Amino acid sequence: MSEQITIEKVCILAGKIMLVSGAETYRVEDTMDRISTAFGVKNPQSYATPTGISFSLDIAGTSNFLRVTNRSTDLHKIAEVNHISRKITAGELDIQQAHEQLEKIDHAKLTFPAWAQILAAALVSGCFAIMFGGSWYDFIPSCIAGTLGFASMLGFERVVEIRFLAEFFGAFLIGLSALLFIYNGFGNALDMIIIGAVMPLVPGLHITNAIRDLMAGHLVSGLSKGVEALLTAFAIGAGVALIFAFA
Amino acid sequence: MIIMQQLITSFIASAGFGILFNAPRNALVQCGFVGMFGWILYYILVEVGMDAIPATTFAAMLVAVLSHTCAKLFKKPIIIFNVSGIIPLVPGGIAYNAMRNFVENDYYTGVQLSAQVMLLSGGIAIGLMFSGVINQLINKSRILFK
Repeated sequence: MSEQITIEKVCILAGKIMLVSGAETYRVEDTMDRISTAFGVKNPQSYATPTGISFSLDIAGTSNFLRVTNRSTDLHKIAEVNHISRKITAGELDIQQAHEQLEKIDHAKLTFPAWAQILAAALVSGCFAIMFGGSWYDFIPSCIAGTLGFASMLGFERVVEIRFLAEFFGAFLIGLSALLFIYNGFGNALDMIIIGAVMPLVPGLHITNAIRDLMAGHLVSGLSKGVEALLTAFAIGAGVALIFAFA
Repeated sequence: MIIMQQLITSFIASAGFGILFNAPRNALVQCGFVGMFGWILYYILVEVGMDAIPATTFAAMLVAVLSHTCAKLFKKPIIIFNVSGIIPLVPGGIAYNAMRNFVENDYYTGVQLSAQVMLLSGGIAIGLMFSGVINQLINKSRILFK
């Protein structure tokens, strides 16, 4: 016998994918509401925080709960779910199809390969060093320091599952390598190299999400995302600062 | 020449951030352009002599409006364009300097710079909010004048 696919299941699956991919909580709730309304639910109740989703079909109805433990950044999946939710609202998909497609997205690996990410991090680092007023002498050192920092953060995060520590370690390596470059006469301005190299670690998504959630009236989510951004910023700052404490 | 250099680097940086955030591949170029326009507005305003805080606010507004247009045009969530567009405006450099001053026991400068970081983030927030407000206004006026 095949499993019964309910509206709740589709909604929560959509919400889960979005939340795990780093969408704003107001967008998650909005999507769940839209999907359920498209399936004829009159009064859906959804509540999302960065760490969990709660959803029920009606006031005082049975609520379904889902815990979200790990979050990453994957704008592609957010766009895909958005696309499906549009199709559902337009009445192009029934529950069965919607569930199938969402499952497919949930299991798909849409991320860029690690080498592409590291290459992007290198370019981002170098370009930011120039943008913030560095000279072209700082471009290559910043690229290398940024690559080292980002790659080590990725690697470290796989070993130790505390993002905070991974970022701290990455920033520390950036500071160290930048200092070594300057000591060996490779590159001009220490500050520019470090600032550029640190940029790929900067919590840009969390900052924008926190702001947008706060503006949408999601105070709990906005504050917790803001704190997440602050923690990351602190980790980066502390990692780099460690170098200056010893240098 | 300097403007050209800034245009190219900011485009690459914003598109690169699109890759880091795993934006859809067909949206990377738009991400780059949104970031580029935002940054170049900020850069020119600061060069002309405007204070960094209003300059950031205006640039964030431009980013917000551009990403809103992109979101409408390409039928993608606004967050894709927003995030990589806003990155160049994030006061990472000043935050770093603040942190550095704290570590070197220069608390006065550290606190000053931190206050500036707070204000700049506030500027970004206002700028981002702006496009939402404009959008609502347009929608409301459409209903009114129907």
